Amino acid sequence: MHELSIATSIVESVTETAAAYPHARVLEVRLRVGALASVVEDSLQFCWTIVTEDTPLAGSKLVVRTLPIIVHCVNCNSDSELSGVQNFHCPHCGHIAADFRQGRELEIESIEIEEPDSVQPAATLPEKVEEAS
Amino acid sequence: MTTRIVELRRGILKKNDELAAALRNRFSSSGVLVLNLVSSPGTGKTTLLERTLRELRARGSRVAAVVGDLETDNDARRLASSGAPVRQINTHGICHLDAEMVGKHIDEWQSLDLAGLDYLFIENVGNLVCPSSYDLGERIRVVLLSVTEGEDKPLKYPGLFNSADAAIITKIDIAEPCGFDREQAIQNINEIRPGIRIFETSARTGQGMDEWVKYLASQRASQQVSKSAS
Repeated sequence: MHELSIATSIVESVTETAAAYPHARVLEVRLRVGALASVVEDSLQFCWTIVTEDTPLAGSKLVVRTLPIIVHCVNCNSDSELSGVQNFHCPHCGHIAADFRQGRELEIESIEIEEPDSVQPAATLPEKVEEAS
Repeated sequence: MTTRIVELRRGILKKNDELAAALRNRFSSSGVLVLNLVSSPGTGKTTLLERTLRELRARGSRVAAVVGDLETDNDARRLASSGAPVRQINTHGICHLDAEMVGKHIDEWQSLDLAGLDYLFIENVGNLVCPSSYDLGERIRVVLLSVTEGEDKPLKYPGLFNSADAAIITKIDIAEPCGFDREQAIQNINEIRPGIRIFETSARTGQGMDEWVKYLASQRASQQVSKSAS
């Protein structure tokens, strides 16, 4: 049940970014969550409603994109997508493959904001953050 | 009104990861080997750790432990009977330790001299899900599985088993009455984390403790080598 702390971290992070757009309203927060990240979407959605209450993010929608596991196989030197989190074998050659190239992500991809037309674009854009490895 | 998308591409646990990286630097420059013990409740983390602390102390090593639980300081009192300095973290409902809690407790622990330690063990809250996402700045993450839990635990909790650097099968002395299929368990661990070092221990009879303690010593030695090389 760590979805509550995850939801809280998202609120902190998005609030920080949204501060650069003081007249904007956050409509949507989009996440990329790997299949191995141990995050339950239903539980996260439930926590989202609670932790955004009485914050500028109240009423915003949380969109979770689940990323499948991609493993690298040392035997046949290929990267493949796994259909679940149970069978860590290369779909091509059957060799055990648990070198994950994707599947542990837990990141905020973007936010969608709504701004009144009369407002000039914010002078300072948020710092460009490097893509998480 | 106009809507637009602002790209963030930011790790949700970025703050934890940054704090953990800072802790790892601090541990490494102090020359202390830090291990994070994770398992479900009842696997025997505290019992194994208590014996490990005793055995290391008997070999002249300087050891300390931090133990996380939702409530009570029972585990800290058990561990302290080994003679090692121990500190309890009560998370009051939080299902895992994070880097901030560990850092804060180490800072507040005034009698603790990191540079005077060889090993620091962090016993995580008993949970096979949440601790996998939270780096504590440890060098080695050890996952424990007891013979009473069933051989398929690694398959049921791949996230945590895959994130571990070493695995210990505990309570091996009662494997037979429990109908524990040792080979199957080892195969399952290997499927999730190929090549991981696996130990089989009984903290009650002492079985496997020697090999485990030797592993700790070799890991500490290799940390010292990489420290002096950097």
